[in-house]
Amino acid sequence: MDLASFLQILDSTIRLATPLLFACLAGLYSERAGVFDIGLEGKMLVAAFAAAAASYATGSVWLGVLAGVGAALVFAAIHGLASITFRGNQLISGVAVNFLASGLTVVLGASWFQLGGQTPALVDGMRFAEITFPFAASANESGDLGLLGGIYSHVLSGHSILVYVALACVPLTWWVLYRTRFGLRLRAVGENPAAVDTAGVSVTGLRYAAVGITGVLCGLAGAYMSMGLSAGFLREMTAGRGYIALAALIFAKWRPWYALMACLLFGLLDAIAIRFQNIDIGVVVIPVQFTQALPYILTVIILAGFVGKAIPPRAGGEAYVKER
Amino acid sequence: MDKLPRWADVVLVPLICLIIAFAFCGILIAAIGQSPLQAIWIMIDGSFGSTNGLGYTLYYATNFIFTGLAVSIAFQASLFNIGGEGQATLGGLGVALSCLLIPWPHWSLALLGSLAAGAAFGAAWGFVPAWLQAKRGSHIVITTMMFNFIAYALMNYVLVNLLRPMGSMDPASARFDKAYNLPKLGDILGLVGIPFSNRNPANISFVIAIALAVGVWALIWHTRLGYALRAFGKQEKAALYAGIDPVKITIYALLLSGGISGLMAVNAVQGAAHRLVLNSVEGAGFIGIAVALMGRNHPFGIVIASVLFGFLYQGGSQLAMGTTIPREVITVLQALVILFTGALPYMVQKPLEHLFAKRGGAK
Repeated sequence: MDLASFLQILDSTIRLATPLLFACLAGLYSERAGVFDIGLEGKMLVAAFAAAAASYATGSVWLGVLAGVGAALVFAAIHGLASITFRGNQLISGVAVNFLASGLTVVLGASWFQLGGQTPALVDGMRFAEITFPFAASANESGDLGLLGGIYSHVLSGHSILVYVALACVPLTWWVLYRTRFGLRLRAVGENPAAVDTAGVSVTGLRYAAVGITGVLCGLAGAYMSMGLSAGFLREMTAGRGYIALAALIFAKWRPWYALMACLLFGLLDAIAIRFQNIDIGVVVIPVQFTQALPYILTVIILAGFVGKAIPPRAGGEAYVKER
Repeated sequence: MDKLPRWADVVLVPLICLIIAFAFCGILIAAIGQSPLQAIWIMIDGSFGSTNGLGYTLYYATNFIFTGLAVSIAFQASLFNIGGEGQATLGGLGVALSCLLIPWPHWSLALLGSLAAGAAFGAAWGFVPAWLQAKRGSHIVITTMMFNFIAYALMNYVLVNLLRPMGSMDPASARFDKAYNLPKLGDILGLVGIPFSNRNPANISFVIAIALAVGVWALIWHTRLGYALRAFGKQEKAALYAGIDPVKITIYALLLSGGISGLMAVNAVQGAAHRLVLNSVEGAGFIGIAVALMGRNHPFGIVIASVLFGFLYQGGSQLAMGTTIPREVITVLQALVILFTGALPYMVQKPLEHLFAKRGGAK
């Protein structure tokens, strides 16, 4: 493999890891606060649709982002209502949210745009422009770059703004979670909500805040899918990425920096599967299906505790009932 | 607060949830500029108006009875198996291998072989997550979900690389021997003189599914194992104290659940498609969740709810053919049913409890 294709794979790794990273961090806030969320997929999907639809209608990519985040927030509110206020089953609510997004996007899309569920292709101005770093363009023209120059101009430069926002969210999440009062309370409410309640802090408020952040981040993930990664919405375009993000979250054991690593790893697997199909490594041929299934297999292994134990937040999945 | 009378819990709560879900969908259909009344009429006419439509309805219902029973057995032990999709996919592989590799002398023996192979493959796919949950404490919801995706990748590999006939581009197995085709429901009803269309995929599996529902009912409420499952589901610590082994119960529950999911393939793969295709389950594994919730976790309720969802499925495809309303309206309805019966039970139940408590107080 030459340098150019190596750089190309790293470049698509970053692109493909971005929606995973947004969704993974989204799940992190919710689950750290004790609300399981298997509805990441649905929130991403509905956000991708709303973003593309609004961007097409208004011609503004930023209004698209706003619509995407708004739609994801509405779905997050449904999940919050079911799992916090009405103390329903959080897992079932997540399943419902996924189906709701899957059905609603096609029904609305088909009747609004008459294209069988997809939005018209988005042209420039309706989708994110690529940001080229200083000197990266001139470096491209000069040809020989070397490894570091290549990484700078091909891998790091030339993405849309949301890619950098996603990367910035990692240290930000770390800081919020471990260095702020809100973060401490958020983690506490996922481990021992009774203690938080005793300290006079609202469990319900904290959990709604966490679910809200989850909605915003899922909205960004979806907006990137339909306006960054591709140019428009296609039915079922998230294609299980919400579940891969969930897998990455477990793989990262609910910690932000590890989440970045896990998402990059799963993004890399995705990039390899797209580019190479079956990989011949001499002794055996690795089928593409194996590369596609690897994130799930790795997550099961991690969950089984054979390689380090993944322990979820202790109060996860349980609604808090105030003692009287 | 007083609990609801039983009839209200079993009939009224699901009914109200269903009415809310239908109302939402009606608003949705009206919002996209179509007539909800016309839509519901097309659905009813298409799924119950002729014996052919009814056949399709019952064919879909058969799939959902299997997957619904599968989900409900795990629910009894307080285990949420959302891996029905993957287990039924593997069941399909078992049925296909049995039909392709073994030269059965008669369809009835082929049916027995398919039942055994489908159940065994489905159960095996349920076993791993069960073992991981029981022994290693891995959350069963996450592992069964991961196993759905692994099953899909495995099926893709097997069909593309191993089972695809030479020269075919389609990722599907060869057709099974025609002699293994299961008797159609129309043929069976014809024997007793009831005229029933033969041009639909409804087959003898429907009878098997009904028998299985009775079997599951007997198992849950009239056997030692069923008692252990329910005890474990209600109060794990008490069950442990009574000498019920949590590891065994978890594994039994998922073996049963996975095996019943796998049986779905007898209907879909041997009974209808007569070959193994990539997506033979078509989401029926997930509908099992809705069916189990709607049927209040009781085999009788599950059969009723399955027929309801069979109607929605068949009606949905009629909608897609007869109007410009996409069949995904059904997915929305399904989501709302899951949401209201599964995730928001208190929203309907609490006001009802208030109502009944008030009425009781007035007496």
